[in-house]
Amino acid sequence: MTDQIPFVNIRHAQKSFGTLEVLKDISLQVAKGEIVAIIGPSGSGKSTLLRAINDLDPLTGGEVWLEDMQVNMKLPHRQYEKHINQVRQNIGMVFQHFNLFPHLTARQNVTLGPKMLKGLSEADANKLAEEQLAKVGLLDRIDYYPSRLSGGQKQRVAIARALAMKPKVMLFDEATSALDPELVEEVNLVMKKLAEENMTMIIVTHEMGFAEAVCDRVIFMDNGVIVEQGPPDKIFRNPDNQRTQDFLRKHLANANR
Amino acid sequence: MSLDFTVIPPFIGVILMGALWTIAITAASAVLSFFGGIVFAVVALYAPWVIRLPFRAFAWLFMGTPLLLQLFLIYFGLVQIGIDLPAFAAGVIGLGLHFAVYNSELIQTSILAVDKGQMEAARTIGLSRSQALRKVVIPQAVRDVIPPIGNNMIALLKDSALVSVIGVSELTLSAQLAIGRTYRPFEFYVLAAVVYYIINLGMEAVQRRIERRIKAAR
Repeated sequence: MTDQIPFVNIRHAQKSFGTLEVLKDISLQVAKGEIVAIIGPSGSGKSTLLRAINDLDPLTGGEVWLEDMQVNMKLPHRQYEKHINQVRQNIGMVFQHFNLFPHLTARQNVTLGPKMLKGLSEADANKLAEEQLAKVGLLDRIDYYPSRLSGGQKQRVAIARALAMKPKVMLFDEATSALDPELVEEVNLVMKKLAEENMTMIIVTHEMGFAEAVCDRVIFMDNGVIVEQGPPDKIFRNPDNQRTQDFLRKHLANANR
Repeated sequence: MSLDFTVIPPFIGVILMGALWTIAITAASAVLSFFGGIVFAVVALYAPWVIRLPFRAFAWLFMGTPLLLQLFLIYFGLVQIGIDLPAFAAGVIGLGLHFAVYNSELIQTSILAVDKGQMEAARTIGLSRSQALRKVVIPQAVRDVIPPIGNNMIALLKDSALVSVIGVSELTLSAQLAIGRTYRPFEFYVLAAVVYYIINLGMEAVQRRIERRIKAAR
């Protein structure tokens, strides 16, 4: 299900906020169709790494590539803006707090990008919105404003909004962390469905069960470096590194409390 | 001399005409101050300094000096540099820009209060910063700021009386005209006050309607 050409290629990523080094020379390759989970304690840099992929948090050093296109290319400001807006259309992102546009209906949330950036007609955009919202099981909520949706429904609309741009890769930044426990499953189901469709996905998560069930590879980050990575059963059942073991033991203890 | 409100009826037409002009100048200035306020807010927050700094000076001029003086300057002063505006236009520009500066302060605060995740989500889809501002951030900021702007618009209605001094025959000037003919200041000033109050009630009704509409879309 994966081939060997890196689809997303992060090379020597380095990021500092002032004197604080958040990412310390991280390299990571993700193949087309691969599903990668990034786990680790808070402050380990996993969200920063994810947000570097679409340059939401620009790196201070290193390169990010999507296929044959460098995301964080060095360009004069104006050209760079043009370039990055183009690149971002290929990278869907889902946030912990959904960030749906509250002044727009579910439909309008989904059609905004395609209409403005791909010049879709009203009719085509509506068809796309119906398609994408049906996919996340919310066709019956298409004309609802976000305030009338539950957290899980909001996150599914946010996923539909990202998918409407037909991205090559989807980034999930703790997509279920802000949800009530009973709403987590409906979002997980949508993500599983995407996985079955061979979407390339990079998922920052605290949900080890989901990571184990869905992902091809798990990356454990701590303190700005990748400590250990491997297939989920290896990382979760039999990790080599002491820090990975400690983290998982602590996490499990917290989860069972 | 006792009060005698029977002097009013012959001047009802004049006073109503004045009321219409007051409504017209208030409405036109309100529209200018609203859209001007948005433009000024965006300039104040996002324009490069070569535009932003002169704008600050301009905003200071409008906030730090009397509106009456600004109206004189626009109507009488600009003639000297070849800009001869009709009184109505001068009044709308003066009132409109004056209140645009005040609205802009409200809108700036409101823009900054929009969750930064909104800008991030919009940029992530691929929208440029200005597209994201236009379609995502500013509509939300404006929606939140409608009630306080409504209060500014009521102040605008009351300050519209100032354009009487540059000869726009709005409500106050119409009352003065009637007083000049009848020497009955009390009766006509009270009448004008009542009419201002009625217009005020009308504006509040419109405002409530807009706020209800916004609420419905949440």
